[in-house]
Amino acid sequence: MENRSRETDRYWNVLSLAPLCLLLFFLTIIPLLSLIYTSFFKVTWSGGYLYEGVGFQNFFDLVENKFYIPGVKNTIQFALITVIIQILIAYVIAIVLNKIKYRIIYLSIFMLPILLPPIVIGSIWRLMYGFDFGLFNYLLSYLGIMPIDWLGDAKIAFISIIILDIWHWTPFSVILLITAIEGIPKDILEAGLIDGTNFLKEAYYLITPLIMPTIIVASLFRFIMSFKVFDEIYLLTQGGPGTATEVVSFSIYETYFESDNIGLGSAMSVTTLILIILIMYAVQKIYIKLRLNAHD
Amino acid sequence: MTRLLSHSLLGILSFIFLLPFGWIASLAFKRQIDILMTNIISPISYGNFIKLFASKESTFSNDILNSLFIGLNSTFIVLVVCSLASFTLTRLKIEKWVGIIIFGWVLVFHMIPPITFIGSWFVLANSLGLFNSYSALIIAHATINLPLGLFIITNYMKEIPDEIQEAAVIDGASNYQTYFKIFLPLLLPGLFTAGIIIFLFSWNDFMVSINLSAKATQTVPVSVATYAQQYEVRYGEMAAGSLVSLIPGLLLTIFANRYIVRGITAGSVK
Repeated sequence: MENRSRETDRYWNVLSLAPLCLLLFFLTIIPLLSLIYTSFFKVTWSGGYLYEGVGFQNFFDLVENKFYIPGVKNTIQFALITVIIQILIAYVIAIVLNKIKYRIIYLSIFMLPILLPPIVIGSIWRLMYGFDFGLFNYLLSYLGIMPIDWLGDAKIAFISIIILDIWHWTPFSVILLITAIEGIPKDILEAGLIDGTNFLKEAYYLITPLIMPTIIVASLFRFIMSFKVFDEIYLLTQGGPGTATEVVSFSIYETYFESDNIGLGSAMSVTTLILIILIMYAVQKIYIKLRLNAHD
Repeated sequence: MTRLLSHSLLGILSFIFLLPFGWIASLAFKRQIDILMTNIISPISYGNFIKLFASKESTFSNDILNSLFIGLNSTFIVLVVCSLASFTLTRLKIEKWVGIIIFGWVLVFHMIPPITFIGSWFVLANSLGLFNSYSALIIAHATINLPLGLFIITNYMKEIPDEIQEAAVIDGASNYQTYFKIFLPLLLPGLFTAGIIIFLFSWNDFMVSINLSAKATQTVPVSVATYAQQYEVRYGEMAAGSLVSLIPGLLLTIFANRYIVRGITAGSVK
C-alpha cells in the first residue's frame, strides 16, 4: 500500500499539470508563435492558406494603416479617462455602502452590468442612444432640448462610449473596494469611533489609507482591461464616425476578419501584445512605487 | 440624517443601473410600431417572443441550447483542469519555477485582449476543419476563462488548513487520494464560485463566438447582435432576445450574489 501510493505520486505532478499545460501550449503558445511567424507573410486563401514572405512589410503597413495608430491612441485615452472617473465614483459608492447593513441588496443591483452579456448591454445602449426614438433624446425632448446625435457625431460618439463604459464597469471597482473596506479589522474602526471621528473624517483618515493598495490595484487592473473593449464598439459605432471610436481590438478584428488581411492582422496582434506586456511591466513598477509611498 | 442621505443616493444609483434593463424589458413587450412611435403606453404584445421562438426562420431556441451546451462543457473543463493544476501548484512540493512560469503566463494571457489570439484560433480551427464545430467553441471558451478559473480556485485552495493535509499525509494517503477524497469535497464552494462565474462569462461571450461559429453553432449573444445589424433593425425581437439572454445572470445574481462577489474579488486582486 505504502509503495503503491508513492508510485502514483511520482506521476501525479506531471499528470495533474498536463491538462493545463497542454491547453496553454496548444491554444496560447502555438498561436503566439504562429502570430509572430504569420506577421512576416502575406497570406491568401484559396482552398488552403498560401504564404508569401514579405519581411517587415506588414509592420510598415501597420504604421500607415488608417485605423491602427488612431485605435491605439483612442484606447489609451479611453482607458485613462474611464478608469479615473470609475474609481472616483466607485470610491464614493463603497464608502456610502459600508454604512448600510443590508448592502448586498444594493450590491446585487449594482453588479448586474458586469454579469450580463456585454453585447446585450451594447444593444440596449444602442437603442437608448438612438437618434429618432432612443430613450435619451425622448427624455431631452421633454426638457425642450434638441435631439443629440449620440453615436453619429464624431465628437460626441467618443463621450457616449465613455459614459457607457463607466456605467458598465464602475460596479466592478465598487465590489473590489467594498470588499477591501469589509476586510479592515473592526477594532481599528471602533477605535476611531471612540475618538469621535465623524463619517467624513473616518472615510478620509481611516478607510482611505487602508484601502489605498486596493484602489491602486483596481485602477491598474481596469486600465489594462480597458484594452479589451470590443463588444460595445462592435455594436454601437463600429469604430466610427471616421476613427472617432476606433479601438485596438476592433482594428485587429476588422483587419483580420473583415478585410481578411491575416498577415497585417497578425502584425497588429503582435504589436499590441508587445505593447500590453510593456504596459504591464510599467504598471508593475508604478504599483511598487505607489505602494511604497502609501506606506510612508 | 446620513442614513437617509445614503439611502437616497444608493436609490438613485440603483435606478440608474436598472433603468436600461427596465427599458429593454418594456420594449420587448411592444409592437414594432409602438417602439418606432415612442409610445410609452401601449398594448402588451407577446409578438416578439412568438417570432423569436416559433417562427421558422428564427434559430433562437437552438442558439439557447448552443449557449448552454458550450457553457456547461467549457465550465466543466476549466474546473477539472484548474482544480488539478491548482492543487499541485499550491499544495505540493514542486519546483518553484514551474509555478512562476505557469501563473505568470496565465496572468499575461488574462491581460491580453483575446482578439489577438482569436485570429490565430480561427486559422487553426479552419486548418483542422473544426470551424463552426462545438469542440472548437468549447475549447476556445475554456481557454479564455482558464485564467479566471485558476485564480479563483487557487484563492480557495490556499484557505484549506495545512493540518488537514498533514493529517492525510501521516495517514499515508497518496496525492491522488488527498486530492479526490480530502481537497475536492472541501473545495466545493470554490468550484461553485468559479463554476457560476465561468458559466456566466461563457454565456456572455461574444468575441470568441462571433469569430468561430456560423449559423448552426451560434450562441445567444451572436444572435442578439444579428438582430441589431440587419438592414432594418428588428428592435422588438432584439429587445426580446436581449431580455431572454439576461435570465442566467439575473438568477445567479439573486441566488448566488455572495459567491459572485467573492469570485470577482478572487479573480482580480492578486
